Amino acid sequence: MQRTNRRGGPFQQALAANALVLAVATTGVHAQDMNTARHLAQTCTNCHGTNGLSVGGMPSIAGQDREYLARQMRDFRDGKRPATVMHQLAKGFTDPEIDALAAWFAAQKSPARR
Amino acid sequence: MSTTRRRFIGFAGASAAVAAFGGCASLSTHPPAGGRVVVIGGGYGGASAATRLRQLAPQIEVVLIEREPAFVSCALSNRILAGTMAIDELTVGYGGLAANGVRVVRGEVTAIDADARAVRLAGGSVLRYDRLIVAAGIDFMYETIPSMAADPGQAMQVVPHAWKAGAQTLLLRRQLEAMPDGGVFAIHIPPTPYRCPPAPYERVSQVAWYLRNNKPKSKIVVLDSNDAIVAKAGLFTAAWKKWYPGMIDYRPKSLLVDVDLRTLTAITEFEKVRADVLNVLPPMRAGRIAAQAGLVTTNARWCDVNYLTLESVKVKNVHVLGDSTFAAPGMAKSGHMANQHAKVCASAIADLMQDRMPFASPMMINTCYSFITDREAVRVSHVHRYDADKRTMMLIPGGVGLSAEPTALEGTYAVRWAQNIFASMLG
Ligand SMILES: Cc1cc2nc3c(=O)[nH]c(=O)nc-3n(C[C@H](O)[C@H](O)[C@H](O)COP(=O)(O)OP(=O)(O)OC[C@H]3O[C@@H](n4cnc5c(N)ncnc54)[C@H](O)[C@@H]3O)c2cc1C
Ligand code: HEC
Repeated sequence: MQRTNRRGGPFQQALAANALVLAVATTGVHAQDMNTARHLAQTCTNCHGTNGLSVGGMPSIAGQDREYLARQMRDFRDGKRPATVMHQLAKGFTDPEIDALAAWFAAQKSPARR
Repeated sequence: MSTTRRRFIGFAGASAAVAAFGGCASLSTHPPAGGRVVVIGGGYGGASAATRLRQLAPQIEVVLIEREPAFVSCALSNRILAGTMAIDELTVGYGGLAANGVRVVRGEVTAIDADARAVRLAGGSVLRYDRLIVAAGIDFMYETIPSMAADPGQAMQVVPHAWKAGAQTLLLRRQLEAMPDGGVFAIHIPPTPYRCPPAPYERVSQVAWYLRNNKPKSKIVVLDSNDAIVAKAGLFTAAWKKWYPGMIDYRPKSLLVDVDLRTLTAITEFEKVRADVLNVLPPMRAGRIAAQAGLVTTNARWCDVNYLTLESVKVKNVHVLGDSTFAAPGMAKSGHMANQHAKVCASAIADLMQDRMPFASPMMINTCYSFITDREAVRVSHVHRYDADKRTMMLIPGGVGLSAEPTALEGTYAVRWAQNIFASMLG
């Protein structure tokens, strides 16, 4: 996450990220962001599997590192990571939405944790 | 409404005893304490909605009524015509839905009484609902084709549509197998909007694949009632030139007037085209039950909805999703989109039944993959966002994405797309 995004510098980003992690760990804090993420995540799960757990072929995004997921979405959007479809879909989401989606999928059960 | 109500005299007193899938306990006429949502149709829309509702609000009883014994996907079914896929690979039973707690009922809904909040099944049993989801797909307007109007069921055995996957798809495949080398396959494409904009052109590509490899002297005539190829036009045109040079004769503005069932002749406003195999996609409209229930609002064909909830703009507590809807601007009638309707609808119903406001800014994504050869595919994708001022879903700026060219990698993803959407909607 070298690039400064529209939400401010790295410090603000870290703060925001903390808040989202908290929102996952506790209830109430930034529940609104997580609620939005839960709704927007429904646009991803028919390809990536229920809650992001793919049944095969498509990458599983459940339980992956939050920072990693957010960076992939930005890299797709900015053309830094080549893709068949994600470069076009990622353009549809704002930076805060990408962060919220990343936090939401990171909080889902991964196959390892299942 | 009053005619509907009159037809239902005696409805209120009727008793149920509907047996759910797997012979479990029968359903009572009245909803249980947690509330009941009845879903008509176990296709892409209905199955997705039922599954999602169980995940979001397990206290709500979800009853899904479907006339067919199993789900058969239209998506990828053109590959059956190419001989590169078997129908078994596209067939999924309803056992997974039942295991997730959906009460699956095999049956036909013959009437909806929105005032009484009840549906009636063939056989007479009645189920009351708190909310109803109508995901009945499309029906064909055979009344616009005089020779097929009197007995469509018989006529489509001669001139199949193969636009609902299953026996029709297999029939068309057999006809292609029986066709002599040097024969003519003709297909008629109806005016938009119809189910899955790129799928007719995928079908042309898949039949071309089969013929090129098995009956190379054959020809394909495409009678398209639209002014030009409706979706992925550049990709299809280039692909046909590259893989099937000289085989495909594309004729736009060819509106079908009638067919001669005896000679397999398609009659358009301008010409008569004789074929060895004739595939007619009639004009389409919302599934019949939608009209019966007074849900149709637009051009006597489609059902307008509030895209925050997918609730009908006309009938309260009744939600319509999938192909039956009057589409928002730029919105395709696809399985992927039906799944997206279903998720917004299920979320909204879960909220509404717990006295919460539905989410105010939903998004929907669509993709349609189309196979060109046995391996290479192309894709179109769309990103839609709810626009509070326009009060509908709108394509975001730059929200339409296309493949650069046909690739085997996207062919692989097309199959994986299907595997994942089947699992997420049918368990
Ligand atoms: C050849 C072809 C290729 C396609 N390819 C793709 C693709 O690659 N990707 C994609 O996303 N989409 C594709 N589609 C489109 C996709 O199949 C449809 O858009 C999708 O099926 C719509 O879902 P639905 O739930 O509205 O209708 P359906 O899936 O048709 O489901 C409706 C269900 O309701 C049942 N039903 C109707 N009325 C009643 C009643 N009164 N009582 C009981 N049951 C009832 C029907 O039996 C049916 O099972 C393709 C379509 C075709 C024909
Ligand atoms: C049409 C199917 C489809 C949809 C819908 C979709 N994806 Fe993807 N996703 C893919 C494919 C395919 C890839 C592999 C990269 C590529 O070719 O585009 C991928 C890759 C990814 C990756 C990289 C995974 C990794 O391990 O590096 C992330 C993160 C991701 N998607 C997130 C999302 C999110 C978030 C959404 C919803 C907003 C979404 N995807 C919606 C198909 C889809």
